This record gives sequence, structure tokens and C-alpha cells, in this order.
Amino acid sequence: MTLIDKIRGLLASIKFAIVIFALISLTAIIGTVLEQRAEPARNIQILSRLFGESLAPIIYRVFEKLGFMDMYHSWWFITLLILLSANIIICSLDRLPRIWKMVREPIRPLATERFEMAVIKRELLLRGKPDRVKDSVAGAINGIGFSYVESKEDKGYQFYSQKGNYTRLGVYITHTSIIFILIGALVGISFGFKGFLNLPEGRSYSIAFLHSAPLTQSEEQERDRIVNVLEASWGNTSKASEILGIKEKSLKEKLRVYGIQPLGFSIRCDDFDVEFYEGSDMPKKYRSWLTVIEDGKEVLKKAIEVNDPLKYKGITFYQSSYGMMSHAHGWFILRITSHSGVSEIKRLNLGDRFTIHGTDLEGTIKDFSPALSFDHQGRPFTFTNMMNNPAVFIDFNEGGKKKYSGWILKRYPITGKLPESHVVEFIDLWGTQYTGLQVRKDPGVWIVYLGCITIAIGLYMAFFMSHKKLWVRIVEEKDSTRVYMGATSNKNRSAFERKIDKLIFLIRKRREGGD
Amino acid sequence: MDSSFLFGISTMSYILAMIIYITYLAFRKTQIGIAATTVTVIGFVSQTMAILMRWKEFYDVSEMGIIRSAPLTNLYESMVFFVWCLILGYLILEFRYKNRSFGAFVTPVAGLALAFIDISGMSKEIHPLIPALQSNWLLAHVTMSFIAYAAFALSFSTGLMYLILKTEKRNQAAYIFWTFTLGIFVTLLLIMGIDFLTFKVAVRPEEFIKNYMLKASFLNSSTAVKVLSWISMIVIIFITWRFGSVLKTVIEKFNISAETLDEITYKSIAVGFPVFTLGGLIFGAIWADQAWGSYWSWDPKETWSLITWFVYAFYLHSRMIRGWRGKRVAIVAVIGFLTVIFTYLGVNLLLSGLHAYGGIE
Ligand code: HEM
Repeated sequence: MTLIDKIRGLLASIKFAIVIFALISLTAIIGTVLEQRAEPARNIQILSRLFGESLAPIIYRVFEKLGFMDMYHSWWFITLLILLSANIIICSLDRLPRIWKMVREPIRPLATERFEMAVIKRELLLRGKPDRVKDSVAGAINGIGFSYVESKEDKGYQFYSQKGNYTRLGVYITHTSIIFILIGALVGISFGFKGFLNLPEGRSYSIAFLHSAPLTQSEEQERDRIVNVLEASWGNTSKASEILGIKEKSLKEKLRVYGIQPLGFSIRCDDFDVEFYEGSDMPKKYRSWLTVIEDGKEVLKKAIEVNDPLKYKGITFYQSSYGMMSHAHGWFILRITSHSGVSEIKRLNLGDRFTIHGTDLEGTIKDFSPALSFDHQGRPFTFTNMMNNPAVFIDFNEGGKKKYSGWILKRYPITGKLPESHVVEFIDLWGTQYTGLQVRKDPGVWIVYLGCITIAIGLYMAFFMSHKKLWVRIVEEKDSTRVYMGATSNKNRSAFERKIDKLIFLIRKRREGGD
Repeated sequence: MDSSFLFGISTMSYILAMIIYITYLAFRKTQIGIAATTVTVIGFVSQTMAILMRWKEFYDVSEMGIIRSAPLTNLYESMVFFVWCLILGYLILEFRYKNRSFGAFVTPVAGLALAFIDISGMSKEIHPLIPALQSNWLLAHVTMSFIAYAAFALSFSTGLMYLILKTEKRNQAAYIFWTFTLGIFVTLLLIMGIDFLTFKVAVRPEEFIKNYMLKASFLNSSTAVKVLSWISMIVIIFITWRFGSVLKTVIEKFNISAETLDEITYKSIAVGFPVFTLGGLIFGAIWADQAWGSYWSWDPKETWSLITWFVYAFYLHSRMIRGWRGKRVAIVAVIGFLTVIFTYLGVNLLLSGLHAYGGIE
């Protein structure tokens, strides 16, 4: 036996598969205890909880050398996955010819003495000669969903039939699907990317950021400069490299180091909004209105929310988080409806004034709070710096004289009803929030999904369907006919047995109806 | 009558049913058996009603339509659903195989799970869903995972019974394995009972302590109690090991052959495995893909699901190796369910204690 034969034999054995299952499981357990791709201090802390302060650093160093701090990308974990794939492929190829034969083999009549040995067997006696019984039997076989072949024997007939022979392939479909899923994942890792983008309201970007190694301050400055130049040239790298005065190739290398991923088009956030459950600070929905811009033209608009991303040219934008920009300057959007019913939308800054249509009533925006609440003495305060309950404070004057003033809350439009039944609604503070987007390109995902569909089909075939064979012999006996049945099934025998009992019932019924 | 009252009835019914089933095992009187089944059915019916009521309550607050309001949104509700599936599966089995003997093994799991809910301090409140959880994929994922978990729990019971039947010598590895596992289970059951009594009944816990699991024993502030707990556990394991043969005689009276047990173990895994693959892994991945933009990210929960999947794949394949029939395979089935428990609870309870993210909410 050569070495190659030995390796082949090893890779074809289920025992080896079990070793691999065990190794992947055991190493993965360690991988869930240690935090992956985390700061060293965190894992040292975890280890010191488990093994004590003094041992932790040593154990840490050992595990780090072995690659456990980023184990799912380590060479040995990937080797295990490759071995699993090779194991599945070779093991399946080894057995496939035999199974294929079983699937393709047409069913043949069963020898008389073999009926005795069938796993499921039945016998019954019917009145009448075989020639008269025959049609009832054949009809009943069709009646339980089997199509049959018929052959003449010296004292009667034999019907034989099989069903579900292809279900024997279920296991192989399952195994192939696993390979598919792994290939899909590999394609995704090799040709895709996973990044993020915090996109302020009103801004557009033509890049996404990938997770990169920590940068020094000067590197960060260089990165920001590159980002700005790239944005100014609409993501065009050759133009950007001209402006920066470096070769396009070295620009691309810098993009790689700094984790900057050009998208090939621009994405703009037109608006962002959070909806809350009534009377609570629990977000119900967050939405971003995005526009895709390519070559200066708007090509796609979509409002995305969690669980409903935007997809363009293979790149998908997922709503994942949101936040406030610290030094941003925003616009208050107010809808002002006078009591006569005239409605206007105004964009205003802090300190701006507006008049209500057809009156002398003049409002001034005095103050803003992103999350207004009142303490027990009724004094207003801001409970978080996120826009949980945005409110504007407006002073109203008439003819230069102060009339009244108060807070108008975005979430509670009732607060904008003025005594003269004019209505001032606080629609939005636009331009101060950013939407946090996950940006992903994964050309392998459809292969993974295809594998998921086929694995479901394969498992269904393997566990819920079976290969069934059925033989029925009818033999003349004086004035009557004896019916012998033999049947086998590679799975779910009891279900098949019930089917055979139904067959007998159908035969009897047909005979009674017949004569 | 509200849902928590009905849940209370079902919890008590299952615990009572457990006692009656065990009595039934000892005396094997048909009347006792019928009583056990009746109590289980009462528990099941009131649990079903409670789930439906909670569904309605959630529907009223969630503003999300009837399907999305299914009460499967947090650890508490999923646990209740798991127990419901388990009892349903058991009742079907009792009816089909005309055999009540498993009851004594299934109702403790149900009782354990429900008692666990109470003492772990997990929130029972109805909360509206944050955006990431508003997904039909997630709903399908949770539902199917728990159907699979219930099937696995069944295979755990029958696998354990198989081991009890098939081992005799106290130095046999399989014997040591099952007595050890059972010993730990019994210890946990007892200790949770003690938690329940000391905190829930003797003092009002909600005021000063949220999670009192194991606080009366292994996690007690006094070292003496801690040491005593460990000693008790060792004693219980020792007793199980020393007198395990008693259980064997009991199960021998079941009129259920080891082969049938092996068959049921296989069949429940053969149902659980595809359902878990589709619902637990694939639907979970699709949901993660839609919500976070990544179908697989090796987080501890995902990784432990994968480990569980491997253990059951291990089970299915090990049956094909000659000489691996029987005991060794049954051990794999038992280990499989232990990984299920860890995937479901251990990741939240233990790993989250190590890591920074939250525990049971
Ligand atoms: C995670 C990976 C795998 C999964 C999910 C998987 C799944 C399955 C399933 C569901 C069955 C049918 C079991 C039954 O009917 O009870 C099966 C059978 C089998 N598997 Fe796998 N398998 C995997 C990996 C492997 C590997 C690595 C090998 C390589 C040796 C292998 C070899 C076999 C063989 C030989 C059979 C029996 C086929 C037959 O009955 O004709 N499997 N597998």
C-alpha cells in the first residue's frame, strides 16, 4: 500500500470524519471562551478569572502563539475545514458508484422462495381466477401511488414496483451542499469586503471603511487627507492620485493599509429618523433615506431600515446604528399652519425668526434639546445627547411685545398648538445625526444560500423519504387466487407497513365492488 | 385569570406529574398512571391557554400584526415554548407507544426548565421589539430551534434510559458516564429547589436580588456553604453511582426494550437534526444576514450552535461505524443534549460572565 493509498483510505473513512468533528468542536469551544480579535488585556482578564493572576499571562502567550486569539482565521482551523471538505468529497466519491447502481437498477421480479424472506410480508386469499383478480390488484397498487411492471408467471402474475430510489442520493446532496457552503464562504472572503460607514444627514461618500489595524496620529491625518481628496474626486482613484501627486498603484496600497474601500459610486443620506414606541425610549424603527449617485446622476433612492437593506451593484447597505455629530450645525424644519389653514414649511437656524401667515405673530427659535424631560420641580433638562425626545423652545411676540413661549416637542405634536389655534409642528432637526451603515460586498452569498436550499432538500430526502420496493404475486389456487406480498424499505418501515395494509384494504374493496 | 396564573398552574402540574410518574414507576398501578397523564394534560392545556393569552397581550402592545406578535421574543418565552413542545412530544409518544414510563424522565426536564425560569430572575415582562428583532426569519428561527431542542431533549431521556439499561458494572466507562451526568442533574434540580425555597418563599427576593440562581449554594457568600455544596454534589454523584442499579431494575419493569429506546433516540434525532439545520442554523444565518449584514460571524452563540450540530452529525455518523451501535452512540446522544443546554443557557450565563456583554435580560 502506497502512502497515497493510505491517505486516501484515511480520508474516505467515517472514523476520520469523527476525529475532525471532535477537533473542530473542541477548538471552537476554546474560541468561544477567548474573545476573538480583542485587545490582549481582555483575554488576559478572562484567563486570570479561570486560572488565576499568575498563570494568565503565560497561558495567554501560549494560546496567542497557537493562534487562538483569531482562531477562525488561523492556518490550522482553515486546514481542519479543508480536511473536512476533502473527507466529505472522497468519502462520498468512494461510495457513490455503489449507491448510484442501487438508484438506477430497475426492479426485477422476486423469486418465489424469496417472498418468505421479505422484511414486510402479507398473504391473502381472494375469490376468482387470477385473470379476474388481476385488474383489482393492479388498480390497488396504483391506488397507493406506485406504478408497476407486470410479468406473466406459469400460474398467475407478478407485479413489482419501486419508489423513491433517488432518495438514496439525499445524503450525497447533503454532503455536496456543505462543500458548496464552504466554497461560497471562501468566495465571499476572497472577493468581497465587510465595512462600515457613518454617513451624516446631507452628506455623501464614495468609500466605506474596513476594520484596520490601529493607526498612529500622523497616519490618521494622512488617511483623512486621502479620504477628502477621494471624496472631492467622486471616488475616482486615478484623479485622486493625480491630485495627491502619487502613483495610482501606491494610492491603492495606501487604501489597503488604511482600510479604505472605494465603492465605485456615491451614497448620500437624505434624512435619518428614529421612531419610538409610544411613551418609551425604546426605538421601534430607524430609517435612513438613501440616494445612490453615479457619474453625478441620482440612480436609486430607497428608505432602508433594520432588516431591509439597500443593494446596488453587489454592495449592500445595512442600517445598523445611528448617532449625533458633536459639532454639527443643523436646520430646524417647522411646519406652520395658521388658523386659516395655510401651511408652510420653514428651514431655520437657532435664533431665526418666522411669522405666522396672515398675522403679526412672530416666533424666535431660542433653544433646543435633543432629549427633553422635566424634573420633579418642573424644570426642563436634557436626559441624553441622542435625539430621543427633540424639542425646540420658541418665543412668540406680537408687535414687538412678548406674548408667550414654550417647548414644542417633535414626538408630541399637541405641544405645538397655539392659543389662537395656529399650529407649529417640529418636523425635524436636519443635519446633526449620522446613520451608521454596515457596508458589505459578498459575491459568494448566493452560493451559500444555494447550498442552504440543497442541504434542506438533501436532509429531507435523507430522513423523511425512503426507497421502497414492492412485489405482489398472484397465484391460482382451485377456484380462488392467493396473493403474496413482499416489501422492503430502507427507512420508516412502519409507515410503509401501514401503506401495505392500505393496499390490502383497497384490493378487498375492489373485489367486493367487482363481483 | 391572567397568563401568569395559568403558567403557575402548569408549572405546578408538571412538578406534581413528575412525582406521580415516579410513584407510578415504583408501583405500576394503572390508576396512578392515568392520574399522572391527567395531571400532565391539565398542565399542558393551561400552558397552551397561557401562551395564547400572552400572545394576545403582546399583540395588543406590539402594533405589529398577529404573526410577529408570537410570544417567542425573549429567553423566558422561548423557554416556555420549549417546555410546551417537549410535553406535546411526550404526550404524542405516550399515546403512540402506549407507555408511560418516559414520563418520569421528561417531566423533570420540564419542571427543571420552569423552575429555572423562576430562580434565574429572567425578565417575564412583555417588551415591544427593538428593530433588529422584528423579523419573520427570526421568528421561524426561534420556533424551529425549539422544536428541535424538544426532540433532542426526548433523545436525551431515552438515550439515558438506554445507558441505564445496558450497563451494570460500576467500573464500566458508560456506567460512570451516566451516573455522573444524572448525579449533576439531580444536584442542580435539588439546588434550584433550595434556591426557590430560600429566596422565593422565605424572603422577598425581588427587592434586593435579581438573579438568585445558585446563590443559596455554589455562589453563596459564605465559604462554608460553598464547600458544603460541593461536598453534597460529590455525595449525590457517589450515591447515584453506588446505587445506579436500582434505577436499572426500575426501568427493566417498563416493558420497554433497549432496542426500542435506541430506535426512539435515533428517530428523535433524525427529526431534530434536519429541523435544527434548517431552523437553527440556516434561518438564523439568513436573519443575521438581513439584520447585521453577515450570515456568520463566529459569535459564541453561533459557534455553540455549530458545535451542537457537529455533535449530532457525529451521532448520525457514529451509528454507521460497526461496533459503535448501542452504548457509545447513546453517550453521544446524551452529550448532544448537554451541548444544547450549553448553547441555550451556558452561553448567556457562563460565557457572558466572562465576557463583557449582558447576561440574562
Ligand atoms: C458537517 C458535516 C456533515 C454532515 C452534516 C453530514 C450529514 C450526514 C447525514 C445527515 C447523513 C445521513 C445519516 C443517516 O441517515 O442517519 C450522513 C451519512 C453519511 N455521511 Fe455524512 N455528513 C457530514 C460529513 C461527513 C464526512 C466528513 C464524511 C466522511 C467520511 C461523511 C460520510 C458519511 C457517510 C459514509 C454516510 C452514510 C451514507 C449512506 O448511508 O450511504 N459525512 N451524513
